[in-house]
Amino acid sequence: MANLTAKTAFDGTLPIEIGAVSLTEMTHDSITWIAPHKGQMAKVSRALDKQVGADFPSPNTHQNGVVWFGPEQALVLSKGLKRIAGAAVVDQSSAWAVCALQGAGAADVLARLVPIDLRDSTFAVGAAARTLLGHMNCVLMRTGLERYEVMAFRSMAATCAHEIESAMTMVAARAETH
Amino acid sequence: MHIPCPHCGDRDQREFSIRGHAVGLDRPEGEVWSDDWHNFIHLRENPAGRTEELWYHGGGCGAWLVVERNTVTHKVYGTRLASEGRT
Repeated sequence: MANLTAKTAFDGTLPIEIGAVSLTEMTHDSITWIAPHKGQMAKVSRALDKQVGADFPSPNTHQNGVVWFGPEQALVLSKGLKRIAGAAVVDQSSAWAVCALQGAGAADVLARLVPIDLRDSTFAVGAAARTLLGHMNCVLMRTGLERYEVMAFRSMAATCAHEIESAMTMVAARAETH
Repeated sequence: MHIPCPHCGDRDQREFSIRGHAVGLDRPEGEVWSDDWHNFIHLRENPAGRTEELWYHGGGCGAWLVVERNTVTHKVYGTRLASEGRT
């Protein structure tokens, strides 16, 4: 039997640091998609709270590694989820590439790629969004004042890193000229 | 143009793709050919002005929306989830 080497999604491309902003890979032991069946939301939310310490997230939010993922859907990061009655639960562990963008000017970098309003009034810490990163679908989370987490499809990890790196380079160049 | 998604809030047009007139919600009953089927498959209003259309929020939450907008001014009057049907 061949001895295979496990590789992470951003293996060889991250981390990078340009100017005041850094982009690093986040690895999660598991990523699980969960969608309550019709009428089971309250029950599933209680069960989820018991297992991972977070209610089912309301739209456009994330908390304790549980992020809203569309109408009546959520992704649970890191913690392996045991079966929950009344909900569809699917393993997505190897489907996503997750990275963290942080530092002064992280929002300026994202603003070049993401078509949503990133100001504090609409995208505060704890906010999440399903949106576009360049031309790719992504899940965006704000995890700190100057820290964001980006989830992209794993097959597009290289493009994701490349797009963000280009934007980081341009933001840093802009900062130098001022 | 911005479209206010009932789930995600005000979002840029590039997150959406259009399917066409909201007549797509009026699928006739049964499988026997009738004027209703002819209308559903072939006939579309193409107004210069206020109209209802189906849009897909593929670059966001993945919901189908009914968007009421003006094709001349691009003003969007409002949206609702297509899953709620014709109300």
